[in-house]
Amino acid sequence: MKRVVITGMGIYSCIGKSLDEVRDSLHEGRSGIGVDPLRVQLGYRSPLTGVVAPPVLKGLLDRRLRVGLAEEGEYAYMATLDAFRAAGIDAGYLEENEVGIFYGNDSSAKAVIEANNVLVEKKDTMLLGSGAIFQSMNSTVTMNLSTIFKLRGVNMTISAACASGSHSIGLGYMFIKQGLQEVVLCGGAQETNYYSMGSFDALSAFSTRVGEPARASRPFDAGRDGLIPSGGAASLVLEDYEHAVRRGAPILAEVVGYGFSSNGKQISQPSAEGCVIAMERALKDAGVTPAAIDYVNAHATSTPQGDAFEAIALDRLFGGSRPLISSTKSMTGHECWMAGASEVLYSVLMMRDSFVAPNINFETPDEYSCKLNIAPRTVNKNIDLLLSNSFGFGGTNSALVVKKIK
Amino acid sequence: MKREEIEQIVKTFLVDEIEVDEAVIAPEATLKDDLGIDSLDFVDIVVIVERHFGFKIKAEEMTEVRTLGQFCDYIESKVKDR
Repeated sequence: MKRVVITGMGIYSCIGKSLDEVRDSLHEGRSGIGVDPLRVQLGYRSPLTGVVAPPVLKGLLDRRLRVGLAEEGEYAYMATLDAFRAAGIDAGYLEENEVGIFYGNDSSAKAVIEANNVLVEKKDTMLLGSGAIFQSMNSTVTMNLSTIFKLRGVNMTISAACASGSHSIGLGYMFIKQGLQEVVLCGGAQETNYYSMGSFDALSAFSTRVGEPARASRPFDAGRDGLIPSGGAASLVLEDYEHAVRRGAPILAEVVGYGFSSNGKQISQPSAEGCVIAMERALKDAGVTPAAIDYVNAHATSTPQGDAFEAIALDRLFGGSRPLISSTKSMTGHECWMAGASEVLYSVLMMRDSFVAPNINFETPDEYSCKLNIAPRTVNKNIDLLLSNSFGFGGTNSALVVKKIK
Repeated sequence: MKREEIEQIVKTFLVDEIEVDEAVIAPEATLKDDLGIDSLDFVDIVVIVERHFGFKIKAEEMTEVRTLGQFCDYIESKVKDR
């Protein structure tokens, strides 16, 4: 079996658009949450959202390569530019070598709805333009990135709700570990426009702490009242360790474990059992005990029920060792399809710079979170091994174990 | 609408929206080979022409159109018809 390492990362998020900016936000506990006035006008129960300004790609990317990119694809393009650059992968490398892509994405609502609006108004499909189809499909991110960067390896989108980004890394890891690919671009993308979140808002799952956006996302806190939708994109270059060494690539961390499970229960209800199975599988795959984990980046989204189930699961598995735990969603909001990838990136930055980012707004533990060692403030600490959790609608669970390279 | 006005609108959208190199724009330039307009670009040009001139290009009416000048002739004829 091959060893799998991360050799490049790029991020476009509400807490920063470069690794340095994001690192500083994480260290300082800076929130990226704000209010979208349009959502107020449109009757949303909650207008809170991660604030992400779409990039300007005109001048950066040829029109033909741009028109198929939906909003989340634009984010993913920016993140991937940086990830490949950081990994030392340029156009010449991509010309001569096979690189694969597994990227998490589970909607392209704006593109679909806007095309439908044109159709209703004009009653003529010829007036939808050439980009609508390529923006509308769920695989929009992978079909565009593979075209733009001329990728010739495995190529598919992972749609697994809020675990999409995490599973994409898990699958990239599996493909490299088994020797099927040497380099795979992994990641997750999430649109942030209001179209994409109306139906989610309908479930009353979002925080209504509108007067205090930076204090609204409070995973594990007794006063939490819901999640805040957010988005952007995170890209990670996964690579066979020996291949990375041969080409002199920077090695940021090693992916050593991937675990998964499905709850097989109600569509929106989490399960402590499902979470535990995914985490146990990831630890077993990594060949480590719970006591070896220094830090857990929790999935906790700030919903009353989800956080409670995860706290029960974490206590069940880590009750004896009590590693430091934080949910970076306290700062970013819930980056949904992107979250599983961005949170590995956030955690690798913490590992690189030896700190645990705070679970901001964790002020009053509840009966479940009181049993956990949650970091309400930044803790400067060496991290050798970390676990990152992601759970999604339909009961899809993913856990990844990442190890420091010494 | 005057011919000059049509040519100016077409030139502007070709440069700004289709991102054709302004230096190659000329009445005798062929749409495909000189201007580099492919079949997907043309799907977008249908949308743009409808927005600027208020009619929808029909493929069967375009079979003889090869150059930019002929394209402007076609638009002029459609605008006059209305």
